[in-house]
Amino acid sequence: MRRKLPWILLAVSLGVMAVGLAFGEYRAVLEKAITVCLDCIGIG
Amino acid sequence: MGANDPIKPVRKPRDKRAWYQAFFALGMNAWIPSWFKGEIFQGGIKGVCVPALNCYSCPSALGACPIGALQTSFAGLRFNLTVAEKKFGLYVTGFLAAVGSAVGRMPCGWVCPFGFIQELFHKIPSPKIKLPHAMTYFRYVVLATTVVALPLLVVDQFGYGQTWFCKWICPAGTLEAGIPLMLIKADLRPLIGFMYYWKLGLLALFAGWFVVSQRPFCRTVCPLGAFWGLFNKGSFFRMAVDDEKCTLCDKCHKDCPVEIKIYESANSPDCVRCLRCVSSCKFGAISYEFLGKKEVAPDLRVKKPA
Repeated sequence: MRRKLPWILLAVSLGVMAVGLAFGEYRAVLEKAITVCLDCIGIG
Repeated sequence: MGANDPIKPVRKPRDKRAWYQAFFALGMNAWIPSWFKGEIFQGGIKGVCVPALNCYSCPSALGACPIGALQTSFAGLRFNLTVAEKKFGLYVTGFLAAVGSAVGRMPCGWVCPFGFIQELFHKIPSPKIKLPHAMTYFRYVVLATTVVALPLLVVDQFGYGQTWFCKWICPAGTLEAGIPLMLIKADLRPLIGFMYYWKLGLLALFAGWFVVSQRPFCRTVCPLGAFWGLFNKGSFFRMAVDDEKCTLCDKCHKDCPVEIKIYESANSPDCVRCLRCVSSCKFGAISYEFLGKKEVAPDLRVKKPA
């Protein structure tokens, strides 16, 4: 069972990631990442 | 030679990990022109998450911090549901879980710039203080509250939450983005207020802690390490200790940057898989395995007779 676990975890992870990408979440992350994060720098 | 006699190393093992850490720190923050333009990098690849706590508001950051991106996803989830937007943070969650299922917490030991900074600070000569193990559980509290629960639950009238970890805690953001942006963007300086000084003070406290304790932020606060640590037991990459070869000499524990006893739990969620224990074990008792290939320290491999 132990040796199957990483494969199961990886398959589920990639599946979840693929669904997110299909929903356009890359664009959402990009939009956040290219804007100065005021919270991160302490003026938000 | 008995089974438990030390094997004489062919040559003294050299820890090249710092070079990898420096390479990744510079590689993730390689867009140097931003420093001269007074703005952050805005290329289309910046939506790619990096496997480390690396603030995306660092002027030269090439990728997205997964913890920042995850909080933003959760903070916007309630609003997205009300307007039927299908954005649930699945891309970032899936990315983090994929890295975790491949190598567990290994990026903490080899890739993360903030882990590297902590190790550099710890080289400053000073009295050293060991952390009580109980403190290491606090990182799960940070993950569950500031990254997941608070951004999801505490929302404004429009349904938007906040990035609580970034806003109130993250010293990486202050170091990599807060200080540099104030230096290169004069128009931000009038906005400095309580929050900026709070984060600056927190960074100063952490910096002092880095000097006296080994990787205290990674071990007690970092939500990314907390998440990946959950995968250490189930990842492709695995550590192993040969009980027959281990003499419980404790050398691995003394050399470990996160002060764990790997002979008690080879795949502890605290382990950052720096592999220092593999090269420090004189008995070849500690090994690692990845996709069925098992390795011990290069210096301890049995040499074939000529």
